[in-house]
Amino acid sequence: MQLDDLTNNTGEWLRGGGPESDIVISSRIRLARNLADFPFISRATTQDRARIEKILHERVVAIAAHTDLLYVNVSQLEKVDRQFLVERHLISREHAEGQGARAVAIDSLEKFSLMINEEDHLRIQAMQSGLDLNGVWDQINRIDDVIEEKVAYAFHDRLGYLTACPTNVGTGMRVSVMLHLPALVITRQIDKVFRSLQKISLAVRGLYGEGSQAMGDFYQISNQITLGRTESELIRQVSDIVPVIIDYERQAREFLIKESQESLHDRVSRAYGILRTAQTITSEETMHLLSSVRMGVNLGLIHDLDIEAINELFIRTQPAHLQKITGGELDTTDRNIERARFLRRYLNKEDGTNGGSAEHN
Amino acid sequence: MKCQHCDRPATFHITELTGGKPQEFHLCEEHARQYLTASANEPTPTAGVAAVLAHQMAVGQTAEELAQLDQQACPVCGISFYEFRSQGRLGCPHDYVCFHTQLEPLIVNIHGESEHVGKRPRRPADGSERRTQLIRLRREMKEAIDEEHYERASELRDEIQRIESEEI
Repeated sequence: MQLDDLTNNTGEWLRGGGPESDIVISSRIRLARNLADFPFISRATTQDRARIEKILHERVVAIAAHTDLLYVNVSQLEKVDRQFLVERHLISREHAEGQGARAVAIDSLEKFSLMINEEDHLRIQAMQSGLDLNGVWDQINRIDDVIEEKVAYAFHDRLGYLTACPTNVGTGMRVSVMLHLPALVITRQIDKVFRSLQKISLAVRGLYGEGSQAMGDFYQISNQITLGRTESELIRQVSDIVPVIIDYERQAREFLIKESQESLHDRVSRAYGILRTAQTITSEETMHLLSSVRMGVNLGLIHDLDIEAINELFIRTQPAHLQKITGGELDTTDRNIERARFLRRYLNKEDGTNGGSAEHN
Repeated sequence: MKCQHCDRPATFHITELTGGKPQEFHLCEEHARQYLTASANEPTPTAGVAAVLAHQMAVGQTAEELAQLDQQACPVCGISFYEFRSQGRLGCPHDYVCFHTQLEPLIVNIHGESEHVGKRPRRPADGSERRTQLIRLRREMKEAIDEEHYERASELRDEIQRIESEEI
């Protein structure tokens, strides 16, 4: 498998299936691990980093015995390819912009990836479409076990897995669920939801945005505490609260339909109209409009599109993806023109460019 | 009244009570939403660690004690407490042992707990700490070579090989 093979797929987490997938985009867990006999990354020499990469590369190959795995030296990638992996959530922005020997191993179905030499020596992440944290845990726990058979992780009898930052010590685990909450945003209730979550020490952050702005009304809920609770307790904490938020979002959607069906239908239809006809469009505006269209599809206001197709557009209209699809580096102005062209072709079902799912409608 | 950030009328009047003195903001709907979503976001982990530490140390120590503490360094990786404090990142697994006194309250502050109850590797934890000593031995061997103490360097090499070859 090559990196470019990923371009034409959406990957597991945007598949649009799984439980509660009208609101829950994906479930994700990551584990932070370090080798016992090397300094953490901030104190590691160039040689240390190279040796860590080599040791973990060998271990990662052991997982690959049962699956098709793509191993990528991030340090040797072009900028657009690194950005491409960030957009797909296969590596973090820090990993893309970091320095020295570093790598990522990617499962061909994009159900898991392993970052080597990020903030910690190893960051394993596993993901599923929809709400299925237990399924994700089973997978990541297995991967962790296979790696641990042959390497000694830094582990303290009382503090658990040791990490470069004390905020991750203990389980080293971050459980997160990505939600699409457009109705809570429209009805201005999202801040209230945020504040109540923070009180129970869950973190919420917007997705895709620069800094704090949530683009496309995507929000990620995750645990902040990693020590003093078991992995199942941490999973339960998140998976107990998600149905409550789903319920709020559904109520807000019902409210919008009841109180202002026309204006909601108008908003959704206009968004769809712009996406189908614009001649130049920014990434921000695309996200914003796709969010309305996505809700419109879920509420039965748009009939000729499915969720998978929209999820696909969310990712394929991002800068690096667009450049990979059109096959060349583009400046912002040209990107906006190409993005509009791509959207028009896809949504108006011109020639063969629509990526499969929309054709079934 | 106009919004503080644009010409639209200020319809939101917010008094921020967190962080020192109360601050007042007069904002239009759009900027109020921006402000509220921004403040609802968690601070970066580094900033978080540094802030908690700064507070914790300001409470417990005199300036002199602080300066002394900052100079303490880990015998394994060599990171000083000051370096950790300013970066928010530790240098090696042994830091959790040698900076134990300072880290313990920080960890309790972040997690509300001080003991791991989750998954454990199948191998015993003391093996992990023994392997961490390899970081120190490799560093000492490099220093010995640099200083042309070859006898010492070869002793260290044997020691390193012995630990490396232990069953993990």
